[in-house]
Amino acid sequence: MTLTLGHYLSLGAMLFALAVIGIFLNRKNLIVLLMAIELMLLAVNMNFVAFSHYLGDMHGQVFVFFILTVAAAESAIGLAILVLLFRNMNSINVDELDSLKG
Amino acid sequence: MDVKTGFFYLFSVVLLFASFRVVTARNPVHAVLFLMLAFSQASGLWLLLQAEFLAMVLVLVYLGAVMVLFLFVVMMLDINLDTLREGFWKHFPLAASLGALIALEMAAVLMSGFRSSEAPKVAAVVGQMGPQISNSKALGILLYTEYLMPIQVAAAILLVAMIAAIALTLRQRKDSKAISASEQVHVRASDRLVIVKMDVVKAGEAPKAPEAPAAADAAKETKS
Amino acid sequence: MSQTLNASTLLAVPMAPLVGAVLAGIFGTQFGGNWIGRRLTHSLTILGVLIAFILSATTLKSVAIDGARFNETLYTWMTVGGLSMEVGFMVDGLTAMMMCVVTFVSLMVHIYTIGYMEEDEGYNRFFAYISLFTFSMLMLVMSNNMLQLFFGWEAVGLVSYLLIGFWFKKPTAIFANMKAFLVNRVGDFGFILGIGLIAAYAGTLNYTEAFAKAADLSALTLPGTSWMLVTVICICLFIGAMGKSAQFPLHVWLPDSMEGPTPISALIHAATMVTAGIFMVARMSPLFELSETALNFIMMIGAITALFMGFLGIIQNDIKRVVAYSTLSQLGYMTVALGASAYSVAVFHLMTHAFFKALLFLGAGSVIMGMHHNQDIRYMGGVRKYMPITWITSLLGSLALIGTPFFSGFYSKDSIIEAVHESHLAAAGFANFAVLAGVFVSAFYSFRMYFLVFHGKERYDQNPDAHHGHHDDHHDDHGHDSHGPHESPWVVTVPLILLAIPSVVIGYMTIDPMLFGEFFKDAIFIDAEKHAGMKELADAFHGPVAMALHAVTTAPFWLALAGVVVSWYMYLINPAVPAAIGRALRPLVVLLENKYYMDWINENILARGARALGNGLWKVGDRTLIDGLLVNGSWKLVGMVSALTRKLQTGYLYHYALVMILGIFLLMTYFVWLNK
Repeated sequence: MTLTLGHYLSLGAMLFALAVIGIFLNRKNLIVLLMAIELMLLAVNMNFVAFSHYLGDMHGQVFVFFILTVAAAESAIGLAILVLLFRNMNSINVDELDSLKG
Repeated sequence: MDVKTGFFYLFSVVLLFASFRVVTARNPVHAVLFLMLAFSQASGLWLLLQAEFLAMVLVLVYLGAVMVLFLFVVMMLDINLDTLREGFWKHFPLAASLGALIALEMAAVLMSGFRSSEAPKVAAVVGQMGPQISNSKALGILLYTEYLMPIQVAAAILLVAMIAAIALTLRQRKDSKAISASEQVHVRASDRLVIVKMDVVKAGEAPKAPEAPAAADAAKETKS
Repeated sequence: MSQTLNASTLLAVPMAPLVGAVLAGIFGTQFGGNWIGRRLTHSLTILGVLIAFILSATTLKSVAIDGARFNETLYTWMTVGGLSMEVGFMVDGLTAMMMCVVTFVSLMVHIYTIGYMEEDEGYNRFFAYISLFTFSMLMLVMSNNMLQLFFGWEAVGLVSYLLIGFWFKKPTAIFANMKAFLVNRVGDFGFILGIGLIAAYAGTLNYTEAFAKAADLSALTLPGTSWMLVTVICICLFIGAMGKSAQFPLHVWLPDSMEGPTPISALIHAATMVTAGIFMVARMSPLFELSETALNFIMMIGAITALFMGFLGIIQNDIKRVVAYSTLSQLGYMTVALGASAYSVAVFHLMTHAFFKALLFLGAGSVIMGMHHNQDIRYMGGVRKYMPITWITSLLGSLALIGTPFFSGFYSKDSIIEAVHESHLAAAGFANFAVLAGVFVSAFYSFRMYFLVFHGKERYDQNPDAHHGHHDDHHDDHGHDSHGPHESPWVVTVPLILLAIPSVVIGYMTIDPMLFGEFFKDAIFIDAEKHAGMKELADAFHGPVAMALHAVTTAPFWLALAGVVVSWYMYLINPAVPAAIGRALRPLVVLLENKYYMDWINENILARGARALGNGLWKVGDRTLIDGLLVNGSWKLVGMVSALTRKLQTGYLYHYALVMILGIFLLMTYFVWLNK
């Protein structure tokens, strides 16, 4: 059967759902959280590229370009923060980060 | 089914499996590796969608830089795995149902708005310039005309990210002799100089010990 | 209208006593360092009042004989919206007469005080106060607008408060001055409502301008009700007069005001301040003539006061209280005359009453001085032998009071009785009875006092709480060696003589021009068709001599005579009779002794009720509701809500991520299912 837009879209949806589950399950592990975020971005990019292909609009791919840029910047800074955190607390257990507790 | 569809299913299944393993792996290094696998499958999928440039960018930037960065960090940190995984299976049912709901809703929205049986259209840009334009060229035409300003902004964002990452994790060298100019300017006389009163002593007698205590790095002047 | 008076002269009339008061009050007291002594103080203040009197007399002459008038605004204090607040003078017959009465009585009281307050520490303060009072009363009577009238009204109330509580270390004096001030305040509340209504509907506070609009106002009703506007205004204004002129039920302060020194009882609570209400109603006659209801109300209140206060005077043992209740009764007479639209008669009685009542008070004060500050008439008697001048003048005053023909009181009182007789108002029946019965009652109590004090056996030794302490002070001053009384110094007796003269002659001399002549022509307005009383009085008048001779055929003369004879019998011939009657009519005597329980009602029901209300509002309204619920409750509520909300801030990253996911999920659900 021919591949339709729907296939790609549902793939993106499932990927996104998996990433959300990942956040849910790995709430205490900061690194896996960051990786789950990367997965979410991947899912969105997938949608964009699929739309771009099936609707014949190059703008979708341009947007993916920018999303990739921003995602790279964000993961760099996120990991820097993670490293700093580990330096100070010697663990990446999120339970210990409760200074903002009200 | 034809080759394309077969490749699609292959890539999709591996992708989904890899992402599942990312979130459920015990060892973070394994998780990172599975993430790399997921991205590579995604890249393949994008090739199927005729978005070659982006597929290559995914490989170069994501797999080559971002994932490597993740690996560095994961391997550098000494992580206690047990406490991190506690409560994992306890929340699985709720998480699974939530995820399923999100997936279904997204699918409902996206698929109801679009005819899913249409064949892919040809991009306007591509059509303008002729049928033999490559994906990169088409992307380039758009980027350097319509999206020139956002490109500059993206560049600035990357610069900021770089500076931020460096500034956050920078540690001073302990043997550095660099002087902080603002500290120099803020110094007061009492930080550098302490005047000590001493009794007058006749010749031949030993001078008494000074009374005032000395400051840490201040020069001392004694009168005799 | 023929010529205008000089503004500076008129300005000097109130200003001279004010300057005296200020100088005495600041430099003569501790406040300014006690610079000037007693002689200088009393000289300054007497000089001020003397100047005022002389200028008032010349003004009266100009007004009465040359027909001069003055009605101008001297200074505009403030203009708010369309309302202009001014200081101005309106001098016509009514004002000129009041000015003379006020300044003359004040001058007499000033001179008298030199003798009466000689041993008092607050000598200078007293002079300052009575001069200040003179200033306030003059501003009141000379004003040409209601705001200045109200200023004078409040100022005399204030000075009355200061003077009643002059001996501020005495608790009864403090109680009395608070009572006077508070009861006056109740009246003032009505008064300011009346002034406010006039200001609202006539748009001006000036007399002439407001009266010009009176005819238009008479067609209006008070919005939201079916009451005539003029009636409401007049009743509100009269409530002010009830407070100031001590009409029932706002009369309760006047007997207590006898706690103050006798000179002020004479000045304020007999001759001048209490007459301010009468003066005000007479001044506002154009308004009062428009409302029959108000006139009925006035007449009824006046009649009640005249009769029932007279009854209370019968059983009083304090010499000043007798005269106080007499004042209340006579004020009732004046009010009844106002109700009968005989404004000029009321004001005429005001004038004659000022003279003989001040005389009676000052005479009583002289007796008190002579009796070493004993005020109980049960322990006096036979004083005429020791204090002849006081005796003669008090006798003249009492004769004037009861309405002996040819004396001034006769002309004014009988004119009132005639005017009420001619009135066709609904209240006139009761008022007629009240004023006639009052003649007997006032003759009875005045001569009861006269006989008990000046005649009969000497009962000084029977006094259980004789003031031995005072006696020691007096020893070196007066240089006598017995407990008996002695005549007062000339500074006391000369004012008595000077007041006795007008008490006898002024009625005879002025009744014709005042009541039936042109004297009050443009000051008082009477609606001649509806209230024809004055006209009928004028028709019946054939001159003062004829009126006096005709009196023997009228009821009041015989009633007064009967009162004198009965009191002579009961208190001189057969002193056992009063005690026997007292035993027989015990419940009635108890009622009178308790002053009809008015004080009891005021203290236990009104005052206690107000305090209970305040307490309740404080405990429930203030503490529980406002403090507890609103103020404390609001911060407690904020605290509770924030304590709840704080639980959201766990500080854990994954909780925040969870909330974000849930939020996204909810948004998605909303957009997918609910916002189609």
